Amino acid sequence: MAKTLAEKVWDAHVVRKGDGEGANAQPDLLFIDLHLVHEVTSPQAFEGLRLAGRPLRRTDLTIATEDHNTPTLDIDKPIADLTSRTQIQTLRNNCQEFGVRLHSLGDAEQGIVHVVGPQLGLTQPGMTVVCGDSHTSTHGAFGALAMGIGTSEVEHVMATQTLSLKPFKTMAINVEGTLKPGVSAKDIILAVIAKIGTGGGQGFVLEYRGSAIRALSMEARMTICNMSIEAGARAGLVAPDQTTYDYMFGRPHAPQGAEWDAAVEYWDTLRSEDDATFDVEVDLDADTLEPFVTWGTNPGQGVSLSAKVPSPEDFGDENAKAAAERALQYMGLEAGTPMKEIRVDTVFLGSCTNSRMEDLRAAADIIRGRTKDPNVRMLVVPGSARVRLEAEAEGLDKVFKDFGAEWRFAGCSMCLGMNPDQLEPGERCASTSNRNFEGRQGKGGRTHLVSPVVAAATAVRGTLSSPSDLDPAPESAALSTDAA
Amino acid sequence: MEKFTTHTGVGVPLRQSNVDTDQIIPAVYLKRITRTGFEDALFAGWRKDPAFILNQEPFNTGSVLVAGPDFGTGSSREHAVWALKDYGFKTVLSSRFADIFRGNSGKQGLLAAEVAQDDIELIWKELENAPGTAVTVDLVSKTVRCGNIVAPFEIDDYTRWRLLEGLDDIGLTLQHEEDITAFEATRPSFKPKTLPAKLS
Repeated sequence: MAKTLAEKVWDAHVVRKGDGEGANAQPDLLFIDLHLVHEVTSPQAFEGLRLAGRPLRRTDLTIATEDHNTPTLDIDKPIADLTSRTQIQTLRNNCQEFGVRLHSLGDAEQGIVHVVGPQLGLTQPGMTVVCGDSHTSTHGAFGALAMGIGTSEVEHVMATQTLSLKPFKTMAINVEGTLKPGVSAKDIILAVIAKIGTGGGQGFVLEYRGSAIRALSMEARMTICNMSIEAGARAGLVAPDQTTYDYMFGRPHAPQGAEWDAAVEYWDTLRSEDDATFDVEVDLDADTLEPFVTWGTNPGQGVSLSAKVPSPEDFGDENAKAAAERALQYMGLEAGTPMKEIRVDTVFLGSCTNSRMEDLRAAADIIRGRTKDPNVRMLVVPGSARVRLEAEAEGLDKVFKDFGAEWRFAGCSMCLGMNPDQLEPGERCASTSNRNFEGRQGKGGRTHLVSPVVAAATAVRGTLSSPSDLDPAPESAALSTDAA
Repeated sequence: MEKFTTHTGVGVPLRQSNVDTDQIIPAVYLKRITRTGFEDALFAGWRKDPAFILNQEPFNTGSVLVAGPDFGTGSSREHAVWALKDYGFKTVLSSRFADIFRGNSGKQGLLAAEVAQDDIELIWKELENAPGTAVTVDLVSKTVRCGNIVAPFEIDDYTRWRLLEGLDDIGLTLQHEEDITAFEATRPSFKPKTLPAKLS
């Protein structure tokens, strides 16, 4: 039978086939090519190994970094929060004891685990990648099967370099057409989630396909795959192509010479066969897509930026109606308010969804030569120390600082506020992150998920805005944009 | 892992869909490095509201959580399962669970039982009309009983078997270590290794 990409990658990693067929089949045992580790979901797993007297089987397929707890200011000083400091110190001790490569705070390769893997060239097409973090789906952008796992599974991978996984269903997300200026990958994925819902992808591996996806850069594809989990999917991926190879080539852990040729030969086979069938197909028109923004408290509660806050009455399903009512109350919004009239207090540019070079460049291009709304604070948190260094080499830090934004050190930061970067109760934020859950960015904080350019335009105007809402920038600024 | 065959306890109706793991346990509680002691963290944000269901007698003694669809969405944090267990929950009923949450539950002996939404609605009404009503979740027959309501639930056979037997996953897998070693020998040399470290 003709296979989809996800099925090919799966089949290439089966160590032992489970017995039985269909929904009640026993799980297959799959080999894991790369295990990414961070401080939050690993301590109990290391402890489990220690208690059972088990070694970590493949330290050479494991890499750790510090990201969730790390401060984004004063990183040369001891971490002020004692529990955060303990958790990070525990990771350091565990990596030392078990022989795991670790990039610590202050190291040039430290950063959000999903930014670090691709940047080092460790994420490659056709691999199985896991991490105790749901946004592991990011790595699917390379045509890898990448899944978030819980701590018990983290321990399982540490001990065995395998996972028992239940069969999945396949869903094609076909995005055809050309994105309008000011519309980006973030808008595609927010529109997909609004369309299929936060549970629409449950049990599925999504494959993003079509001309609009092929036209995207690797970083944009990562943004899309990153949020597959917000649709409930087990993973999301994009078939590798020349764009993928160009991104990979020359990275520290990319194959070289004859190995590169052998790898490309294999990678070229990694696409869904023309006659392969998906269990479900979903179509999205890129031509008509507009900048997208969430109004509620789950990522499926989104609308076009030019639309209005919906009314609970707009939803047929009783549960959706109740959820909308609750969300509007939490968000402090009135049905019928134009989204663009919503004023924000904070703009957060960062997270594993949108903190890479292209995201920073896109936002910088919007704000260059413009003035920040004085009532808005803007945090810019590069995804990794390496991204921060590259951005500084391009002078982007100066653009953000001149604008009045805070230029921070790398980490997960305000995406989930495990470090001091949090919203105050009632504070409203336009955020390039991935979750608008109640209290996610700080207790009582209100989150609107947006793309980097919408975040930037919002910082200029103080209300949710798209770049097309901005007055033309002064001429000198336009010139410097061209130069960049 | 403890064996799970059947459990009877006070049912807690949580009339809400999309209960994400940030609600089940906010991120601030994830800084702990232990696997137990998370009972105070369960629904920490919501528990500040005196009207929240777990702040009401007799629901505060509940051990069967009956929730709306899409329970456990969002983050992969297994802490969500630990917090539910530490509080005293043995099982969660919902018409739809997020995949990672469901997987984590199975590893930790918390039964995630998939019950049709129509039946959930009936159980909600029963629990609200007669607070303190016990719910029995029988993994052998795959049925839920509450008052006069008898409803089937779904769970995959493999997880059911592991729960019934109380089996340790790693131990099961290591029975096939020869297969793993054989597979490792076939891994293409162009695939990357993290060691020795290469830097840019």
